[in-house]
Amino acid sequence: MSNTVMERLPANAATRGTLSAGRRIITSPKYAPVLVTLGLFIAMFVSGGVRYDNFWSPQVLLNLFVDNAYLIVLAVGMTFVILTGGIDLSVGSVIALSAMICAKLLEAGVPAAGVIAVTLVATSLLGLGMGLMIHVFKVQPFIATLAGMFLARGLCYVISEASISINDPFFVSMASTRIPLGGSASITISVIIALLVVAIAFYVLHYSRFGRTVYALGGSEQSGTLMGLPVGRTKVLVYVVSGLCSGISGVLYSFYTLSGYSLTAVGTELDAIAAVVIGGTLLTGGYGFVLGSALGVLVLGLIQTMISYEGTLSSWWTRIFIGGLLLVFIVLQKVLTRRRN
Amino acid sequence: MTQVLSPVDAVVDIVGVTMEFPGVMALDCVDFRMYPGEVHSLMGENGAGKSTLIKVLTGVYSATAGDMHLAGSKVSFSTPAQAQDAGISTVYQEVNLLPNLSVAENIMLGREPRRFGSLDWRAMRRRAAELLEGLNLDIDPGSLLGSHSIAIQQLVAIARAVDVNATVLILDEPTSSLDTDEVAELFRVIRTLKEQGCAILFVSHFLDQVYEIADRLTILRNGRLVGEYRTEEILKIDLVQKMIGKEMASFSELEQRHRESEEEIAGTGIPFLEAKGLGRRGAIRPVDFSIDEGEVVGLAGLLGSGRTEIARLLGGIDRADSGTSEVNGKAVKLTSPRKALSKRIAFASEDRRGEGIVGDLSVRDNIALALQIERGWYRPIAPKRVTELAQHYIDALNIRPADPHALVRNLSGGNQQKVLLARWLAVAPRLLILDEPTRGIDIGAKAEIQKLVFNLAENGMSVLYISAELEEVLRLSHRVGVMRDRHMVSMVENDSLSVEDLLALIAEGSEDEDEKDVVA
Ligand SMILES: Nc1ncnc2c1ncn2[C@@H]1O[C@H](COP(=O)(O)OP(=O)(O)OP(=O)(O)O)[C@@H](O)[C@H]1O
Ligand SMILES: [Mg+2]
Repeated sequence: MSNTVMERLPANAATRGTLSAGRRIITSPKYAPVLVTLGLFIAMFVSGGVRYDNFWSPQVLLNLFVDNAYLIVLAVGMTFVILTGGIDLSVGSVIALSAMICAKLLEAGVPAAGVIAVTLVATSLLGLGMGLMIHVFKVQPFIATLAGMFLARGLCYVISEASISINDPFFVSMASTRIPLGGSASITISVIIALLVVAIAFYVLHYSRFGRTVYALGGSEQSGTLMGLPVGRTKVLVYVVSGLCSGISGVLYSFYTLSGYSLTAVGTELDAIAAVVIGGTLLTGGYGFVLGSALGVLVLGLIQTMISYEGTLSSWWTRIFIGGLLLVFIVLQKVLTRRRN
Repeated sequence: MTQVLSPVDAVVDIVGVTMEFPGVMALDCVDFRMYPGEVHSLMGENGAGKSTLIKVLTGVYSATAGDMHLAGSKVSFSTPAQAQDAGISTVYQEVNLLPNLSVAENIMLGREPRRFGSLDWRAMRRRAAELLEGLNLDIDPGSLLGSHSIAIQQLVAIARAVDVNATVLILDEPTSSLDTDEVAELFRVIRTLKEQGCAILFVSHFLDQVYEIADRLTILRNGRLVGEYRTEEILKIDLVQKMIGKEMASFSELEQRHRESEEEIAGTGIPFLEAKGLGRRGAIRPVDFSIDEGEVVGLAGLLGSGRTEIARLLGGIDRADSGTSEVNGKAVKLTSPRKALSKRIAFASEDRRGEGIVGDLSVRDNIALALQIERGWYRPIAPKRVTELAQHYIDALNIRPADPHALVRNLSGGNQQKVLLARWLAVAPRLLILDEPTRGIDIGAKAEIQKLVFNLAENGMSVLYISAELEEVLRLSHRVGVMRDRHMVSMVENDSLSVEDLLALIAEGSEDEDEKDVVA
């Protein structure tokens, strides 16, 4: 049998479909949802400016960051988990828990640096515990983190049933310090921390082996194992990352509210999940970007801002809009992944 | 070639390995040895234990009993990563890669080039491109793996495996979805590695390939070692007999019957399906296609020539964006697999893992799946009837283990393929579209399946048969559609066509057809 009669295939004939590069990006399950979110954000911002007075000011935009810095950090941790195909329901309670730990320890006179260190270690350990439960005992992430959620919330009550206010000078200065950005625009230190977390997460996800293994896990755990990737370790670590991020988020939250209270941040895990999904990360894992999640938080924040500008609408409309938006995005993801196959 | 093989020189030395799954003795006290610079073939029927031996060797399973030595020192791996670190590079039977990442990453993941501690994407793409080049595979390393066909994914998996500086390279059925051309490239690479002293384990059900590349072979049957032979010292016929434990009914009977029936069918051709100008942008240029009742039409062409794409249009998997189709003279729109099924057109996909079997269901439920869909959920089939049906196909196709309640996930690759086939045969369709139906199936079962297809055609079922194995296409088909560059270049009657004729047609096509298409 001669092989010489057979000509080589041209490059594109070997792949299914011959889409142009531009069309490939728009229809790719990787980029399309993020682009849609970006488009949505711009469209909302423009229409807000047309509709309301004083909307098109830099401060309105910056306040999205100021008010949602803690949520951005939370969404970053959640992105790691969801990229592997898991979920972390504990993050809302962990925010409350870390704010509680901060408030209690500050009340007892522990210096601020120590307080923050203890908080972050505690929340990371909680994440580690859930990760081990998921990896070693093969507990569903949903169940393991649900347990973590109840545990963290319960611990809040153990620390104190009443609200504890924070008057530590460092925390107060973090809450009140404004960094001017020219004109009358300014941001808080929390915003810088949040952006730093996003940047680090982006680097880790795209330029470290750990990050790529996170994506690999979402693609196929079995294949990852057979390819010799450190699947087990990575699976545990994403929950540690999420725990750490919830800890940071909790600290930022206490900068923002200057108090610790057991009932704060109820349901915030759902906001984080919504932001991640709207930001284009597939709930089944494998596709998504941490920048998309940050963008998702901004979209949620913008909905809230617009509703407050509207004035006549009750704030519950925010929820309705977020619900509708989520629905649209999930359908979009389904359509895109189906096309891929 | 007359070196003396002593256990001392062996790079892999396995003694008395036993692997027991609940209720199944997959390996029973097997010895196995590989030497540096040899290509060693592991032979055996579907379910003989080849893949299991490989998985034990590479730390996916831990053996129930037995010892393993690598280059003289005792080893026991508990993860594939450890085996990799020890210099064993493996391509497992199914494509085990990550569809959501780029081709380059799939090749390099786990040993990505780094600069100052962070991944060097440029170097990664460059290295991946070199490796693809080495296999003469011209695809964009930045493209998503999932966007490529199974064959290309298989080649990517091979590129990944040959990159490491391995002392042992294991290839479990790497050629099952490749064309002659790709196989030639692979063999070239294997020979180079062999010269460098690498020991290569090559598993395939294609005897020709085994005889072409392997120096020695080890035969397994039902998890037991039958023997170890030099390839030049064992005749094909003896090899097959040792594999299946009895003499094999030959293909010649089939060919004989084919010739006879050809004459009858030629006279009574009632068209079942006729398609005019059926096409889909980016996938397949418009084709006219028709198939008669009881006719077997083969599709031949290179990888990516559009053979699968035609099948997907007719099976309702992809929607056509031009053209019309008629079934029994009535216009139909084949817009979903369900629609196609309601016209009694069944499509068995080439991607058994992605689009075919449901691993967590039993053999019985997998077989009944399509039949139940065709009937609708409100008309359940009696459980007893389903079990009978499953048992029937288990016997007919020799599915092992012969247990209707076994989970398909635990079956060997070839047996999974048989289950998939049984599912579509159970529907008793009017048109059965088979895309690479014998992929990974052993030589005995292959003959059985072809005989079955043949019988069904004689009873009036139409079959569209796609296979990279041209001999197989020629043995079964009455007519052969020749595909090239996403276009059907010609449709030829199969009266004593030879493989060489067909190859020439695939390579050249006919020029006037091409011109006609440009005008249209
Ligand atoms: N995880 C498992 N659980 C139970 N049984 C298994 C498992 N893996 C394999 N087996 C059984 O072990 C036997 C050997 O399977 P194996 O995959 O090694 O066959 P093979 O020789 O590779 O066949 P093929 O040519 O079809 O790939 C089969 O009977 C199979 O059903
Ligand atoms: Mg196998």
